Amino acid sequence: MFELLGISPQALFGQLLIGLINGSFYAMLSLGLAVIFGMLNIINFTHGAQYMIGAFVAWYALQYFGLNYWWSLLIAPIVVGAFGIVLERTMLQRLYKLDHLYGLLLTFGIALILQGFFLNEFGSSGLPYPIPPSLQGGQNLGFMFLPNYRAWVIVFSLVVCLVTWYLIERTKLGSYLRAATENPTLVQAFGINVPRMITLTYGFGVGLAALAGVLAAPIYRVNPLMGADLIIVVFAVVVIGGMGSILGSVVTGFALGIIEGLTKVFYPEASNTVIFVIMAIVLLLKPAGLFGRTA
Amino acid sequence: MKLSRVLGLAAVTAFAAGTASAQISDNVVKIGVLNDQSGLYADLSGQGSVVAARMAAEDFGAEQKGIKVEVVFADHQNKPDVGSSVTRQWIDRDGVDVIVDTPNSAVALAVNEVVRGSRAAFLNSGAASSDLTGPKCSPNTVHWTYDNWALANGTARAIVQAGGKNWYFLTADYAFGHDLEKQVSIVVENSGGKVLGAVRHPLNTADFSSFLLQAQSSGAQIIGLANAGGDTINSIKQAAEFGIVRGGQKLAGLLIFLTDIHALSLDVAQGLQFTEAFYWDLNDSTRAWSERFAQRHGGKKPTMVHAGVYGAVLHYLKAVEALKSDDGAKVVAKMKEIPTEDPVFGKGQVRADGRHVHPMYLFEAKAPSESKGPWDYYKLIRTIPAEEAFRPLDQGNCPLVKKG
Repeated sequence: MFELLGISPQALFGQLLIGLINGSFYAMLSLGLAVIFGMLNIINFTHGAQYMIGAFVAWYALQYFGLNYWWSLLIAPIVVGAFGIVLERTMLQRLYKLDHLYGLLLTFGIALILQGFFLNEFGSSGLPYPIPPSLQGGQNLGFMFLPNYRAWVIVFSLVVCLVTWYLIERTKLGSYLRAATENPTLVQAFGINVPRMITLTYGFGVGLAALAGVLAAPIYRVNPLMGADLIIVVFAVVVIGGMGSILGSVVTGFALGIIEGLTKVFYPEASNTVIFVIMAIVLLLKPAGLFGRTA
Repeated sequence: MKLSRVLGLAAVTAFAAGTASAQISDNVVKIGVLNDQSGLYADLSGQGSVVAARMAAEDFGAEQKGIKVEVVFADHQNKPDVGSSVTRQWIDRDGVDVIVDTPNSAVALAVNEVVRGSRAAFLNSGAASSDLTGPKCSPNTVHWTYDNWALANGTARAIVQAGGKNWYFLTADYAFGHDLEKQVSIVVENSGGKVLGAVRHPLNTADFSSFLLQAQSSGAQIIGLANAGGDTINSIKQAAEFGIVRGGQKLAGLLIFLTDIHALSLDVAQGLQFTEAFYWDLNDSTRAWSERFAQRHGGKKPTMVHAGVYGAVLHYLKAVEALKSDDGAKVVAKMKEIPTEDPVFGKGQVRADGRHVHPMYLFEAKAPSESKGPWDYYKLIRTIPAEEAFRPLDQGNCPLVKKG
C-alpha cells in the first residue's frame, strides 16, 4: 500500500506526527474561538492578534525582565486575558444584542490596529525566541527525529484541550455557563452574576490564544503577522467543526493538522488551500459543521 | 491583513531658486518607492528604501542644482495586480517619473511591463529574477543590486567546490523561487554536482517541518533554500530544531538579508554561507553611509536592497542632470553611458541589458562569540570581482543586446 502512495512508511509516520503537532496549534486556537462563540455569540476576529501578543509578551518578559519560558506560560495568558476583559467590558458588551456582524467588524478592526501597531514597533522580520534549555534536543524515533519541544507542544495542548472541555461540559461552573447562554434572565434570577461570568469567559478564551502564542514563540518567528496568517485557517477549522462546539473544534483541529501535513507530501502546492476546500465540502453537505447542532 | 495602501508624500527639497529645466516634466523629478510596506519583505525593503531614496536625493544636492525632487511610496502587498495598478496610476495621474525598489519578482516583472514604453523609468533593487535583464529586459529598466544568477554563481559554486555535491531544494512557489532554483541547479550541475529533487512550498509558510522532513529523507548533502525573508528565517530556525545540521546535512541560504540574520540570531544562523551585494561593514565608506542611514532608520543597519535603492537613485539623478530631462528611456540610456560611482558600491557600470555590475561578496554568518554586538554578523569569505559576479552579457537572451 505504501508503495502505491510512493512514500516509505517511515516518512508517512513522520508526516503524521508533524500534522499532529500543527493540529495542536489549530486545536488550541479554535478551542478559544469556540468557547467565545459558544458562550458569548461573538465571532472573535481579534483572536489571531491576541495569539500574536501572547508571543510578544513572552519575548518581552524574557528580554526585559529575564523571566523564562515557564513564567511566560503563566504570565502571558493573564496579561492578555486582562486585556481581553477590558475589551469586553468597554466595547464588546454593547454588541451582544446586535447582529453577529457588528462583533465581527469590531474585533476585526481591533485586530488590524493591534497588528499595525506591532508592525510599526517591531518590524516584519520578527524577533528571536530560544527554545527553553530543558526542552532542547530531541529523540530519534527511528522513523524521524522528534524535537523534544514539539513533543511537549502536543502533550501540553492535549491537556489544555481536555481540561477546558471537562470544565465546560462536566462541571457545575460549566453548566451555569451553558445555561446562561441559553437563557441569561432565568440564570440571573437564581442569583448568578451573568455579566461577570461572560466577561471572565471571554478573558479565558483570550488567555487560551495567548497560551498558544507562547507555545508558538520558540518554533515560529515572534512576528506581528503570525496571527493574521493563522487566524483564517483557524476560522475554517471552527466552521468545519461546528461553530461553538468545544469537542468539535478540538477534534477537527488535530484532524486538519494531519490532513494538511499529508497534503504537504503529496501535493505541496495545495497545502495552504486544502483546508478551505474541505470547509467548502463540509458546508455543502453539513451546513452546521461536523459536530454542530442545528438550531 | 494588509488593507492599508499607504500613500505617503514627502517633499525632499524645498522649491529651488529659479525653475528647473523645462524638459523635466512638471518641473519635478518624482520618485515612487514601490515595495512591501507591511508584509514579510517589509524589513528588508519597506520604509528603509524610502529613507535611502531620500538620502540619495540629498547627497546628490538636488536643491543646490535647481532640481526639485519628491519621494512618494506605496505598498504593493506582494500582489502583482496591486503593483501594476499603483504603477499605472502613478505614471498616468500622479506624474511619477521613476519607480524604485519593488522586491518580489512576480510584482517586479509585472511592473516592468507597465513601465516598458511609458515615459517613466524602473530602477529595481529588491527583486531577484534574472529575467529582468534577460528575456524580459526593457529599455526603461535598470536592475541594480543582485539577481538569481549572481546568487547562484556566488553561493552554489563555492559550496559545490567545498564538496557539497548533492542538492535538494526548498523552493518558494512563485516566479522568484522557480527562477532561483533553476539558476542554482545549472550552477550545481555545471560544477559537477547533482540535484536530487525539490519541494515547493506556498509563499509565506509558517511551518516548514513537513518540507524539512522531506528534504532530510532525500539524503542530499545540501538543502538549498530557494526562498526569502520570513520563509527563509522559518526554514533555518526549524531546520535547527529538527537537528538537520547536526545530522550532517548543510543548509545553503540562497538569498539572505541582514535583517534575516538579525531575526534569527547568530546562535541559529552561525556558519551559514550566502552571497550579498553589500554589507555595512565592508569599508570606511560603507560604514559611514550605513551610520547615517541607521540614524534615520531607528538604529537599523541597511540591507543590500536599501543600499541598492540609494545607489540607483543617485545614479539616476546624475543622468537626469546630464540630460536635463526625466524621460524614462532616455535617462536609462544615459545611465548606461556614464560610469557609476557611489559610496556604497564604489565604481561600476550599467550594461546594455540594464544590469548594474559591481563586485559581489560571499559571506559567512559569525559565531556568537565572534560578534561584537548587534548587527555585527558577517565574515567576508570571498570577494567576487564584478566581471565574474554577473551573467555574461551575451548569455541572457536580452533583445537589447546586439548580437555581434
